[in-house]
Amino acid sequence: METSPESSNSPVEHVSGITVRLAGDSGDGMQLLGTQLTNTSALAGNDVATFPDFPAEIRAPRGTRAGVSGFQVQFAAEEIFTPGDTLDCLVVMNPAALVTNLADLRKGGILVVNEDGFNEKEFKLAKIDKNPLEDEVLESSYRIVKVSMTKLTREAVSELGLSVKIADRCKNFFAMGLVYWLFGRSLEPTLRFIQDKFGKKPDVAQANESALRAGWAFGETTEAFGVSYRVEAAELEPGTYKNVMGNQALAWGLLAAAHRSGKELFYGTYPITPASDILHELTKYKNFGVRTFQAEDEIAAVGATIGAAFGGTMAVTASSGPGIALKAEAMGLGMMVELPMVVINVQRGGPSTGLPTKTEQSDLLQAMFGRNGESPLPILAPQSPGDCFDVVQEAWRLAVECMTPVMVLSDGYIANGSEPWKIPDVASMDPIVVHHPDAPGDADEPFLPYMRDENLARPWAIPGTDGLMHRIGGLEKEDGTGNVSYDPANHQHMTDTRAQKVALVAERIPEQEVFGETEGEVLVVSWGGTYGACHTAVSRCQRAGLTVSHAHVRYLNPLPRNLGDLLKSFKTVLVPELNTGQLRMLLRHQYLVDCIGINKVQGKPFTVTELVEAIRDQACIGKDCTVVDQKLKIRVG
Amino acid sequence: MNLPVLKAADFASDQDVRWCPGCGDYSILAQMKKVLPTLGVPREKIVFISGIGCSSRFPYYMNTYGMHSIHGRAPTFATGLKATRPDLMVWVITGDGDALSIGGNHFIHALRRNVDVNIVLFNNRIYGLTKGQYSPTSGEGQVTKSTPMGSIDHPLNPLSVALAAEATFVARSIDAHVKHLEATLKRAAEHKGTSLVEVYQNCNVFNDGAMSYAQDRTQRPENTIELEHGKPLIFGKDRDKGIRMVGNRLEIVRTADVPADDLLIHDEKTLDPTQHFMLSRMRHPEFPEPIGVFRDVQGIATYDDQINDQVAAARDAKGTGDLQQLFNSGDTWEVA
Repeated sequence: METSPESSNSPVEHVSGITVRLAGDSGDGMQLLGTQLTNTSALAGNDVATFPDFPAEIRAPRGTRAGVSGFQVQFAAEEIFTPGDTLDCLVVMNPAALVTNLADLRKGGILVVNEDGFNEKEFKLAKIDKNPLEDEVLESSYRIVKVSMTKLTREAVSELGLSVKIADRCKNFFAMGLVYWLFGRSLEPTLRFIQDKFGKKPDVAQANESALRAGWAFGETTEAFGVSYRVEAAELEPGTYKNVMGNQALAWGLLAAAHRSGKELFYGTYPITPASDILHELTKYKNFGVRTFQAEDEIAAVGATIGAAFGGTMAVTASSGPGIALKAEAMGLGMMVELPMVVINVQRGGPSTGLPTKTEQSDLLQAMFGRNGESPLPILAPQSPGDCFDVVQEAWRLAVECMTPVMVLSDGYIANGSEPWKIPDVASMDPIVVHHPDAPGDADEPFLPYMRDENLARPWAIPGTDGLMHRIGGLEKEDGTGNVSYDPANHQHMTDTRAQKVALVAERIPEQEVFGETEGEVLVVSWGGTYGACHTAVSRCQRAGLTVSHAHVRYLNPLPRNLGDLLKSFKTVLVPELNTGQLRMLLRHQYLVDCIGINKVQGKPFTVTELVEAIRDQACIGKDCTVVDQKLKIRVG
Repeated sequence: MNLPVLKAADFASDQDVRWCPGCGDYSILAQMKKVLPTLGVPREKIVFISGIGCSSRFPYYMNTYGMHSIHGRAPTFATGLKATRPDLMVWVITGDGDALSIGGNHFIHALRRNVDVNIVLFNNRIYGLTKGQYSPTSGEGQVTKSTPMGSIDHPLNPLSVALAAEATFVARSIDAHVKHLEATLKRAAEHKGTSLVEVYQNCNVFNDGAMSYAQDRTQRPENTIELEHGKPLIFGKDRDKGIRMVGNRLEIVRTADVPADDLLIHDEKTLDPTQHFMLSRMRHPEFPEPIGVFRDVQGIATYDDQINDQVAAARDAKGTGDLQQLFNSGDTWEVA
C-alpha cells in the first residue's frame, strides 16, 4: 500500500501553520513521536519550534496526572519564534493526558483520542469520576476523533507473533502514522529512523513500521477527519539546514570553539537535569580530541576544569542552578587565578531542587553575584536553540581574550527545544587566537605572571614551559609578580583591575540592536530563552499599530555600551522575565531607569498572548486603543 | 639530550617560608627538594597542587609550577591537569583536615581512579591554620579548642580508607625520620598511578608531640616497624620482636620464641589489599605502627592513560573528527 502525502485521495486544506501537542503517559513514547514529527516537518521545509514538557520522574506512576509527558511543536510556512500558544490539534493517549492538556486546545481544534486508554481503571488513576469523552460540552467545543489505537496496533502487528506487551509499545508509531496523514507528512524519514534505531531487532523494526503504516492508512481510509492539512515550506535564508536541539547546538558550538582556537576540549561535569545531554553529546566526539570527565560531584567537575585550563586546554564545565551553587567557590578561584574557561548554567526552576525539568530564568543574579568577595564574570545568554552554537563560541573568545571564566546562561526551554539551524561553513570561521608565552630569551628576566596586556589580561603561561615557572592560587596576588600579598593598596588595585577587565569587555562586544524604533513610547527588554515569545509579541503589537520596540540582550555582563542611552530614549521600559525581576533589578541599578516587570515563575515559557496583553496594557495607558484592540483580537484570536 | 644537573637549591622559590619555627613541614619540604633532582624530570614539567591549610602553602616554596587551590579540592585540579597533560609530573600536597574532612570525597575518588599523581598527606592530627581545632585524625578524648571536654569523634585512619578505595600505592613516613621520608617520597614518585604518602608531621604549636612515640629517635624502634617487601616484620631496638598472623589477626611475638618462618612476610605487590589493610589497622600503643610502603601494585591502568587512549582509539577507528562532516550528518535540507 502506498503511504505518502502525494498518494492521499482525501480533501486537502492549506494552512499557514499548525500547533500540535502529543500527550500521554511518560512510558508512551510521546517525546519520540514529537521529535520525529519535528524532524519530518523541518525536512519538509517548514520553520519549526518545539516545547517538550515532561515530569522529573523517569516513570511516574502509570496513568496518573503526574506521569503525563507532552511534546508540543509548531510548524509553519512562515518564520516562527515560539512553539505556539494554543493548540490546533491535541493527541492524547489516556484520560490523565486529556484532563491536563485540554485547556490549551483552541475551540474548534482537533482532539485525537486513543479510545482504548479510556476505561474505569484509567479514570481512577487520573482521579476523574466519569468518562470525560461522554461530556457534551467536549463534543460541541472540539472536533473529536476517537481511535481504538491499542486494538488497531495489535491487529497491525499480529502477523509478527509478538507479545501483547511489545505490540502495545508500538502504539505511538500508530499515532504517528495518523498524525502524519493528518498533516501530509512523509513517512520516509521515520522509516529510515526505525531502520537505524531498531535494525538490529528486525521484528521490532517491522512492528513499528507496520504500526506507522497502519496509522497512516487509518487516516486515509476512514472518514473520521474528513480533511487533511498542508503547510507549505517556509521562506528561510538560503542554505543547508538541519534541525538542532539547544544542548546539541551548545555541544557543537564547543567543538567549533575548540577548532577555531586550535585546542582540544576538556569537559568536566556531573550529571544534572537539564544539562546532562551536553555530556551525552560531547562524549561521542573523542575523535575530535574531546575528553569528558564525569566527576564525583559538581565541585570536582569545576576543579578538574580549572586544572585542565591551567594546563592550557580549552576547559568547560556545565550544570544547572543547584550545581552552579556548589561550584561557586571554585569559580571564584578561577576568576582569581585568571584562567580562561566557560561555565554553563542550563537553568531550571528553583530554588533548591526546584522544578528540574521545567524552565526558569532565575539564576541571573546568582551568575552576577553568587560568589564570595568582589568577583565579576562576563555573562552571556543564548536566545534560541540554534543560538547556543554561537554564544558558547563567543564565550570562549571572551574567556581567552580576558583570561577569565565566562558564564553562559541557557535554560531548560532552549536546551530541549529545537529549531532549524543553518549549517555554517567551517572553513570560513574566524580563528580564536590563543597565545602561550615561550621560554624567555633572557633567563635573568623575571617572569611576571600577572603582567597585563591592553585587555588587562595576564599571560596564559602553561606548565612545561621552561623559565616561566610560577605559582597561582586563591590568596590575593601582588600585581605583576603574582606573589601572595596582603598589602592594602595592592588589594584595592587588584580588585579594581579585575572589575575593570570585565567592564572593558563592553568595548569588544556589539552595540545593542533594536527591533523597531530606537526611541519612543515602549521598549521591551528581554534576555535568554524568552526571545521568541517577546519578538513575536512585539511584532504583533507593532502590526496592530502600537509603537513598541524590542531589545533582546545577549550580553548580560557587561551590558552593551549603548544600552543605558537606549533605555533613556523610551518613555516606558518593560522587562519580561521568567523570574521575579532579576534583569530589571540590574537595569534599574546600573542606569537609574525605571523598568516595569512582566514576570512569571510557573515552570513554563511565556505565551505570546500573555505578553501581547501585558505590552498592550502598558502601551495603552491614557490612550484610546479601540482600533488597536480590534486588530489585536484579529491577530491574537 | 643532557639535562642540566639540578640540586636541591634549584627547587627553592624566591618566597620566604612562613611556617612556624620547628614545624614538621620544613623537613618534608627539605626532603622533597632532595628527591626531585634525582628523578630526571625538568622543573618546568613538575606541578605542585595544594588545598588549604598550613601544608598547602607548600607550592609557593617550590620553584616549579604550582597551584594553591581551595579547601579539600586539590585532587580535582590535579585530575583535570593530569588527564589533559599526562606529560607533567603532578604532586598533591594536603593535610588531614584538607584531605579527610572537607576533601574526603575527592580523596577516595582520586585513589580509586588511579590518576597518576602523587599525594602527600601531612598528618598532624590537628587544625593548625585555624588555630587548634580537632581534626578527623585527632584521637578520641583529645582536648582541643573546639573540644574542651574531649573529642567524641572516632578518628579516621587515612591508610585504611585509601586501601578500601584500592589505591595502588600506599605508604607512611615520618617528618623527623628524614632518610626514610626521602626514600618513601622517591618510591611514590616512581610509582605509576596514584601514590599516597601519609607523613606523620608534628605541629609543635597546637599538637606538639602527638606522635612523638614515632617521631622521637629513641622511642621509634619500639613503636614503629619498617616495612620491606619480601622481608619478615621485625621491630624493636634489638630487633627482637616480630609480627605473625594467627587465624585472621596479627600478634606480637618474641622472635626467639617462634620459628623464623612463623613471622609475617611483607608483600607490597599483592593485588588483594586485605593484608595491607591489616597492617594499616596496627595502631599505637597496641602495636608498632608500620612505616614504609604498604602497597605498591603495578600494571593497573591509570585514569590519565585511559582517557587519552580512548581519544587515540576513537581517532584510529573513525579518523580525526571533521566538523563540517559532523554538521552535515543526518537529515538536512536545502533552502534555495
